[in-house]
Amino acid sequence: MQSLDLIIGPDGWGNLLLKGAVVTVLLAVTTVPFGFGAGLLLAVLKGSSSRVVRAGCDAFTTFFRGIPDLLSLFLVYFGLQALFDYAGKAVGLHVELDAFVAGVIALSVVVAAYSSEVWIAAINGVAKGQIEAALSLGLTKAQTFRKVVLPQLFRIALPGLGNIWTILLKDTSLISTLAVMDLLRAASEASRFTRSPMLFYCVAAGMYLVISIASGALQAWFEARSNRAYAA
Amino acid sequence: MMAFLQANFPLLFNFTLLEEYGGRLIAGLIITIKVVGSSCFLGFFLAYPICLARGSKNWFLSKAALCYVTFFRGTPLLCQLYLVYYGAGQFRPELSQVGLWLFFREAYFCCIFAFTLNTAAYQSEIMRGALAAVPKGQIEAAAALGMSKLAIARHVIWPQAILVAIRPLGNELISIIKASALAAIVTLLDLMGQTRFIFARTFDFSVYLYCALIYLAITETIRRVLNRIERGFSRHLLVRSDATMPDAKTRGFRGPVKAA
Repeated sequence: MQSLDLIIGPDGWGNLLLKGAVVTVLLAVTTVPFGFGAGLLLAVLKGSSSRVVRAGCDAFTTFFRGIPDLLSLFLVYFGLQALFDYAGKAVGLHVELDAFVAGVIALSVVVAAYSSEVWIAAINGVAKGQIEAALSLGLTKAQTFRKVVLPQLFRIALPGLGNIWTILLKDTSLISTLAVMDLLRAASEASRFTRSPMLFYCVAAGMYLVISIASGALQAWFEARSNRAYAA
Repeated sequence: MMAFLQANFPLLFNFTLLEEYGGRLIAGLIITIKVVGSSCFLGFFLAYPICLARGSKNWFLSKAALCYVTFFRGTPLLCQLYLVYYGAGQFRPELSQVGLWLFFREAYFCCIFAFTLNTAAYQSEIMRGALAAVPKGQIEAAAALGMSKLAIARHVIWPQAILVAIRPLGNELISIIKASALAAIVTLLDLMGQTRFIFARTFDFSVYLYCALIYLAITETIRRVLNRIERGFSRHLLVRSDATMPDAKTRGFRGPVKAA
């Protein structure tokens, strides 16, 4: 088998592909706390009493939900680069932005915009009576949010966040255009050298499929677990 | 105003750039619209048979449709695009023989091909959900009344399914518009491609901003139109109290209406 040799033979590309897959998962996992965290912050700020803050947050989500994810990545990546150059010149230093870090920041921005809507829906999903009860018991607004709303948020938001996680997993492939050796870029590299793109892109697609099916199963488990107190 | 912006924020505003390269952006926009339009249209007609196959009693058919949908929804679109664009190049002699090389040689057709297959998977799931949302009892009742299958589909199932499907289908249109930017990576000079071209020439960051504004204008317009259409379609499901009754001029389309 010639094509099998290309993958797991002594000079095979399987290693590079596996490393790429790890980078892909790592990119997605690293983005989660920043992206979902920023999304929650946006959701809370959208309920702010200041009109300027609300409008700013709305503009942010509308903008990043309305433009292609690829363009968001480019904007953040090149924007950050320009900013770094600008700041570097002022201080007299040349700072090179790491592509992985830039990728995580760019993905976080996109995920924050997407997830803020999910968080808002989840906040609205917490029964109003509970919040009224907490306030009438004398809890401050911040306490009410922290002790009453927040613990329930995760469970309600989980299905929506799961959808965004799936999008995020696939969006990491866009980072391959920015010089990060993720799964797709590894496949590109391998197919350029061996001239068999069909094989390597099929293998890459298969690996993506495995990752997404596994994460789907994990998601289902999480959802079942977080809902166990509510089982009928 | 323009001169002021340009003088003070050279990083964000550069109107001379637009004078020189505006035509390119518009040419790119037209390509984007063509690609999105054809793939959404073709995808819709491919999605219906897939949706039917998914619900078919034939084991092989339904599993094949499930595999199709899982593959196209579970892998990145960029990977699928590479598979078509670079993968086809590998089979050049074979494709030339059957006369398909002319088709797969062009990035333009490769993009339409890949996007069509991708959106068909998503659209078929939307259709499946919408058809499943029609209560079974209604279909049984219609059949008991002696309506033919076609009549049931036309008068009972579709009018209700469309109502459920219209929002997700609109969202799918928006996401295909956004995804079409990937075409730029396989050298197609669509809106994103032209933007990258201009950036490579001028190193002017503001061109990305203009590109973003164009995409934003399109997707926001579609989103708002969609809201209106949906409200218009589902008028009969809305319950209004007298206090929130909109005036006659805008009746049925706007105003603070609440779902039952």
